[in-house]
Amino acid sequence: MALITYREAIKQALDEEIQRDENVCIMGEEVAQYNGAYKVTEGLWAKHGDKRVIDTPISEAAFSGLAIGASALGVRPVIEMMFMSFSYVAIDQLFNNASFCRYMSGGLMNIPIVVRGPANGGTNVGATHSHTPENMVANHPGLKVVCPSNAYDAKGLMKAAIRDDDPVFVMENTLLYGEKWEVPEEEYIVELGVANVLKEGEDMTIVSHGRCAMLSLQAAKTLEEKHGISVEVVDLRSIRPLDEETILNSVKKTGRVLLVEENKPYCGVDAQISHIIQLKAFDYLDGPIHRVSSIDAPQIYAKPLEDWQIPNEERIIEGALKTMA
Amino acid sequence: MATPKKKSASKSAKSIDFAAAPINQQLSKEEKIDLYRTIIGIRRFEERSLRAYNQGKIGGFLHLYIGQEAVATGIVSLMEKDDHIITAYRDHGHALAVGMSMNECMAEMYGKYTGCSKGKGGSMHFFAPDKNYWGGHGIVAGQTPLGAGLAFALKYKGLKGCALAFLGDGAVNQGSFMETLNLASLWNIPVIFVIENNGYSMGTSLKRSSAEENLAHRADGFDMEWEVCNGHDVYEVREVANRAMKRAREESKPFLLEIRTYRYRGHSVADANHEKYRTKEEIEEYKRTKDPVNVIRQKLIDEGVMTEAEAKKIDQEKKDEAEASAKFAEESPYAPRSEIQTDVYSEVDNDTEGKLKGTYFFND
Repeated sequence: MALITYREAIKQALDEEIQRDENVCIMGEEVAQYNGAYKVTEGLWAKHGDKRVIDTPISEAAFSGLAIGASALGVRPVIEMMFMSFSYVAIDQLFNNASFCRYMSGGLMNIPIVVRGPANGGTNVGATHSHTPENMVANHPGLKVVCPSNAYDAKGLMKAAIRDDDPVFVMENTLLYGEKWEVPEEEYIVELGVANVLKEGEDMTIVSHGRCAMLSLQAAKTLEEKHGISVEVVDLRSIRPLDEETILNSVKKTGRVLLVEENKPYCGVDAQISHIIQLKAFDYLDGPIHRVSSIDAPQIYAKPLEDWQIPNEERIIEGALKTMA
Repeated sequence: MATPKKKSASKSAKSIDFAAAPINQQLSKEEKIDLYRTIIGIRRFEERSLRAYNQGKIGGFLHLYIGQEAVATGIVSLMEKDDHIITAYRDHGHALAVGMSMNECMAEMYGKYTGCSKGKGGSMHFFAPDKNYWGGHGIVAGQTPLGAGLAFALKYKGLKGCALAFLGDGAVNQGSFMETLNLASLWNIPVIFVIENNGYSMGTSLKRSSAEENLAHRADGFDMEWEVCNGHDVYEVREVANRAMKRAREESKPFLLEIRTYRYRGHSVADANHEKYRTKEEIEEYKRTKDPVNVIRQKLIDEGVMTEAEAKKIDQEKKDEAEASAKFAEESPYAPRSEIQTDVYSEVDNDTEGKLKGTYFFND
């Protein structure tokens, strides 16, 4: 096992997949000669050259659409959104074409593309650069979306996404890029649709994804130490497809549920999770399902306020205590 | 770098005999008759679909290509093995030209299981990847970067072909198209953007929508070659498009081709105003002098390639084929309800061993 950063893990996945399959290429703004705005692709252009690592102009709609068209003929492009927020200028391409071309062609067209980039707030950059659109992606049948919370998952999910024959969004997180985790030297894949129980517990379940899963894990430890509450933490990893079974098994064991995500609450991912739990595990619940989401307003710029707006350990603990009340 | 060519399309048409162009000279008698067969086929198919639409058999929108048939026919007739084509929602003509059957197209419009997309796409979303036809796209200009992507893939894989990305004159003012022009030229992608300029983006005339009415001139801003030609004479379309396609294949360069054409019907059949934003005389004048069906029919008769009687016979065959396609569509079943959730994810459809993990669909 090597201790590597989340950033390095993604880079390894891209590097290995580019070497494995001649049809895999990566394109986006500053991914090649500049080495990536967040240095995720650092060194890949020098290693693999112009054909495989491609700088684009600032034209998200054009290069997203181009990737879709190219994928129809067997190229497997990974496109980087410098921020996932920038995918909003390519919505027609990603949310009409990538998601629906297969369906509208009666299954004749495949779109094996990966759309990756950071999708998070907490970086003091204001509302336009802080979107977490995994809920929006998941709302489009035809698209898949994963949110790795750590380096191991980031590498394994990225490789799974690249090998997948459908369009997959990989939601990364700038606040995790520099964090380190242990990652095996040998090759591995993290399958889509498989959640991860980060910590077992008896009294309540926290279901979370992305960086919030790590915050929830931290909060769970504090809850155990300071409040004597045994918390099970389920990291979804994959939003669509969704591992319902792992969620429901945990809920059936603990009877109490807190859902934690960085999405805004209205129609967030957790709104769907909550529905599934009440429908399929109603009799096991000992109290209402609670949520900790971003505070429901556009992302605020001011740092101390933004740190409060997105879920943090304090708010998660507060939510957990409410759930146990 | 192209120098702007200000000569009007109509003038060039008068001065040049496009039938004499080598690309047209080399056509066999049968190939020439095939051009007529395709053009009249599109016309008769769409006339029949209009009847079906007015009878309430076809839902949604119906964007008729009537008046523009020679454009798709001419260009598709030049396609080689590794050439690919994509267009917008006025897609019936291109579909029939690439060889899709009237049955599968009519059935798709009826929403039937026997349609080319099993009734999942409708009139605007015909696809036939086996014929290098990638749709059929509903959002104005949304298909243009995909067209560049097809060409990108050809270049990436080292194949000698080109991609044909069709769009209307309304699409030129979409950002995605302008972004794509830049990308195509910057990366030397073998894509030909074919603007089928019928003069109206829905009910808004060119004059009221585009600051520079010579749409092809936009290519200059992207250091891209361009040309303008007429769309009523299939020979002219072939001659001009052939040069662009050859260059794209051989030099891997994009091209912007503006083809002046005309649609007789409204933007869609639901466009009840189409005789208000233009005059009846304007429509009649085009029909009288430039109807693509009449133009090719007369040329072939004058050339001695076919007789009036043969032309009539082909016309009747196409009428019959269109009629039969309506009957086929009428008698075809709708897809079973279970089909609503197929063709969404390739991995799900092909998961024959049940290895996939997690839930993909979220109905209670």
